[in-house]
Amino acid sequence: MNGIATLLAISCMLLLGSSRLLVSIRMVAFQGVLLGLLPLFVAGSGHIGAAALILSITNIGLKSILLPWLLTKALFESGARREIEPFIGFGTSILSGVVLLAVSGYIVKRLQTTAEISSSITLIAGFFMVFSGLFLLITRRKALTQTLGFLVLENGVFTTGLSLGSEFSVYVELGILLDVFVGIFLMGIMLFHIDREFDHLDVDRFNELSDLAVDIASNEEAGE
Amino acid sequence: MITAYALIILPVITGVISLFISSERVRRNLLIIVAFIHLFMSILLCNGSAGELNGIWIGLDALSRLFLVITSLLFTGSATYSMVYLDKHPHFNGPAIAGLRMPGNSNAIFAACMQLFLSAMSLAILSTHFGLQWIGIEATTLASTPLIYYHRNRRSLEAAWKYMIICSVGIALALMGVFFLAMATSSHVHQFTPAGLSLFSGYLKVEWLKVAFIFFLVGYGTKMGLAPMHTWLPDAHSEAPSPVSAMLSGALLNCAFLGILRIYQVCVAVPGAAVFANELLIIFGLLSLAVSGIFILHQPDYKRMLAYSSVEHMGILALGVGLGGSAIAAAMLHAAGHSLVKASLFLLSGNVLAVYASKKVEDVKALLKAMPLTGALWLAGFFAITGTPPFTTFNSEFAIVRVALQSGSWKVATLYLLFLLLVFIGMLTIFMHMCFGKKGEQEVDGTAGESFWQILPPVVFLTTALLLGLYLPDFVRNTIDGAALLLGGKAL
Amino acid sequence: MINPSSILICLLMIVLSPLLPGIINKTKAFFGGRQGPPVLQLYFDIAKLLRKSSVYSETTTAVTRIAPFVILFSALSAALLVPVAFRSAGISFTGDIILLAYLLGIGRFFMVLAALDTGSAFEGMGAAREVLYSALAEPALFCGLLVLINETSQTSLSAIYEKLTAECWWQNPMTFLLIAVSWMIVLLVENARIPIDDPNTHLELTMIHEVMILDYSSKDLALIEFAGAVKLAVFSSLLVGLVFSGNELGLPLQLLAFAAAMTLVAIIVGVVESTIARFRLLHVPKFIVGSGALAIIALILKLSGN
Repeated sequence: MNGIATLLAISCMLLLGSSRLLVSIRMVAFQGVLLGLLPLFVAGSGHIGAAALILSITNIGLKSILLPWLLTKALFESGARREIEPFIGFGTSILSGVVLLAVSGYIVKRLQTTAEISSSITLIAGFFMVFSGLFLLITRRKALTQTLGFLVLENGVFTTGLSLGSEFSVYVELGILLDVFVGIFLMGIMLFHIDREFDHLDVDRFNELSDLAVDIASNEEAGE
Repeated sequence: MITAYALIILPVITGVISLFISSERVRRNLLIIVAFIHLFMSILLCNGSAGELNGIWIGLDALSRLFLVITSLLFTGSATYSMVYLDKHPHFNGPAIAGLRMPGNSNAIFAACMQLFLSAMSLAILSTHFGLQWIGIEATTLASTPLIYYHRNRRSLEAAWKYMIICSVGIALALMGVFFLAMATSSHVHQFTPAGLSLFSGYLKVEWLKVAFIFFLVGYGTKMGLAPMHTWLPDAHSEAPSPVSAMLSGALLNCAFLGILRIYQVCVAVPGAAVFANELLIIFGLLSLAVSGIFILHQPDYKRMLAYSSVEHMGILALGVGLGGSAIAAAMLHAAGHSLVKASLFLLSGNVLAVYASKKVEDVKALLKAMPLTGALWLAGFFAITGTPPFTTFNSEFAIVRVALQSGSWKVATLYLLFLLLVFIGMLTIFMHMCFGKKGEQEVDGTAGESFWQILPPVVFLTTALLLGLYLPDFVRNTIDGAALLLGGKAL
Repeated sequence: MINPSSILICLLMIVLSPLLPGIINKTKAFFGGRQGPPVLQLYFDIAKLLRKSSVYSETTTAVTRIAPFVILFSALSAALLVPVAFRSAGISFTGDIILLAYLLGIGRFFMVLAALDTGSAFEGMGAAREVLYSALAEPALFCGLLVLINETSQTSLSAIYEKLTAECWWQNPMTFLLIAVSWMIVLLVENARIPIDDPNTHLELTMIHEVMILDYSSKDLALIEFAGAVKLAVFSSLLVGLVFSGNELGLPLQLLAFAAAMTLVAIIVGVVESTIARFRLLHVPKFIVGSGALAIIALILKLSGN
């Protein structure tokens, strides 16, 4: 359990530091496997119910096989292999990751005073994944990395839920999983469309619709 | 109970079927039929004979009654409208993506997604379990993204991408909120529903409830378009096809709002959390009002202007609920009024767009001469959306000010009125420019945007909004009061 | 606390430390399919250098002349503070960890000063990189130490290592594995090995350690080379003490096991050097910060574990 949580945290660190998109996709797939194993450990080795088993198989199947396959396809289609010049460099990203990890540790420490938490390390890993997912979403330019960031965020929420021990019935869990899967699938399809329409996957060049950009443009016109 | 399940499942089935229908005509008729069946069943369900349904998963109370009928009504209007709209905006044959077979016809996807969207919204409204509600609200995002990308161009793609990413992230945070809420409950609680939690409010842990509320507010608030998480909203609402914009603005925002209201319902039962929740709602409400007031001034795009107006009205709703008392009932009434008026305005903007082929305010002139019916309705819609008597929006906005003043929140009341004034000025200049003035050089054929089916839904919606303003029938009043009571408020 | 027998072992380690680079080079040669230089090559180099006369640049000051002695002194005294052969260190007292870290720091400081003293652009560049990388590597070392302190509730290095047994590993395998990996990286960074720095490189632009000592010749260079070997031995023995425990063994067995473990570390470094290419300078900070991240994960794991 602790081992899985640690591996999750390390995979996030690697994601923050990796500039190769393919490596990032593999890393997220690896996270999917870890997440799939997590419910089994939470349930306890003695009594793994059918529910936990179904959940974990679905998880691994969707998050570490199907989605990475789709994203890899999108990657090869677009020809972009690297995240070039993110808004925050890779070294700084890892450094921020360390800070975020410390912050998650602090938050969990604070939370422990108010409630009994079964596994604080998994909870820290969960928070850290949420944070690093958000970080990836904010600081990276490529639409593909944003998708990965969202997936990491979602994984983090899942881990948090597991470690808080909030158990819903399997139907709800499966429903949540399905929603996330369809969401990423749609994003994957949109990646193809973005690549075809724009010939690139750089989201920071999406600025046709910004109100602020319009203002600047009109000001420039006025200035001339 | 069966009706409630049917409301959710029927559109899914027909939606999937319509993917495989090749005939355009049959598919459209199916959409209309489903819309009317859905409306009929919703009215039947809300007619009261069934009483309160209070299941672990699916239930029906005054809140869901109100929102269900609005949603169903708007969907019927939009579906009717989209019949003609799809003809005016011919579909593109979507190219097959390598390895991924998609139905080539984007109209088929449109029809299917519209129905899935309806189903997702019904689920979000009817579900009582917090987890199930989350699934419903996330599903609305998924079903509506292809609708926003209907036009298959760069701008709509950009809007769809932003919508998808921002809303998904927001909703993922809301899921965190659901988990935290589960932490707040203890083993005494068997039903993870608003009613179930309020019943055992004594066992709830206040700290966790507060944390959960923050996550719900930020998460569903993103979807609802509260500033500063509203950034996707103007893009998505302006780039989507007009009937979809009407749905997004009129129905979907309400569904997200309902998500916040559900946890608010729990917070009300816990004294410490209620004050906290109210403060947050007031802050976010005022912020949304301010942002929309600023961005609506000199807005060059009239569909974006309508979108910012939605941000404003969501701010009013949050503010109303935050003020408490009879302002909650007023907010409920306002939700209904805003939905009707905003949907009709978006549908009308579709008419304008079809004729002028531009979303720029400066390209549209002399609307009243070129398109007399649309122009007149457009102007009426302006009065309705800015809360001018005798429309129902005036009553609700006025009731909110009254509560603010009565409770002594002078600052809130002043800021509220100031921002409303800003929005009024901003919208006034835009609407005046569009409706009056001389005809431009280019001749426009106004008749293209004025067919019967394009005019009927806005007329119905605006008339309803007008009638509700003049006289509030008992069943409406009862529903609104019931909803307000659920949220710890007073009757109107 | 002074432990005479350990001082003797320590002196032995110091004398034998030039063997470590020799073993590393042999391993690399083995992987490259070459004969390679003899294991004793560093001794030959030092002997050769000691016989030559020095040349000093006219622009340099006394700093350049003092620096080699300070560097060697810091390395030697650091060696005295490190537990060797699974016994307590030659000299140990409460908080000697801090002294150890800063003795190494003094050596680095003088090396950087000397490099800057030459006034050469290349050496300045090397000095800047050295300072950056060691600053980044320091948290990794300290976080690891913090975990150990927390685990054993001791603040003296010898006492900590005495309490580290196989049982600790068994209880927190993840934590110790993380620290071991991060310290391995620190070892590579501090001793200017591949993938951070290439000891055999010939391009001044990409050098770090080698470029800083470019202006040294003869006896001074010999001192610095020797200090480098001792420093490698210091870090290796830290790592060995962390990973292996042999408190219960007799002295001869301990010596033998320690020698074998040190050789193993040298071979691992050699394997790393033969299998990984040197990183581009841009990626080096990322790598070092990553090692710090591992140590911090270990720390958090430890802190929230109990």
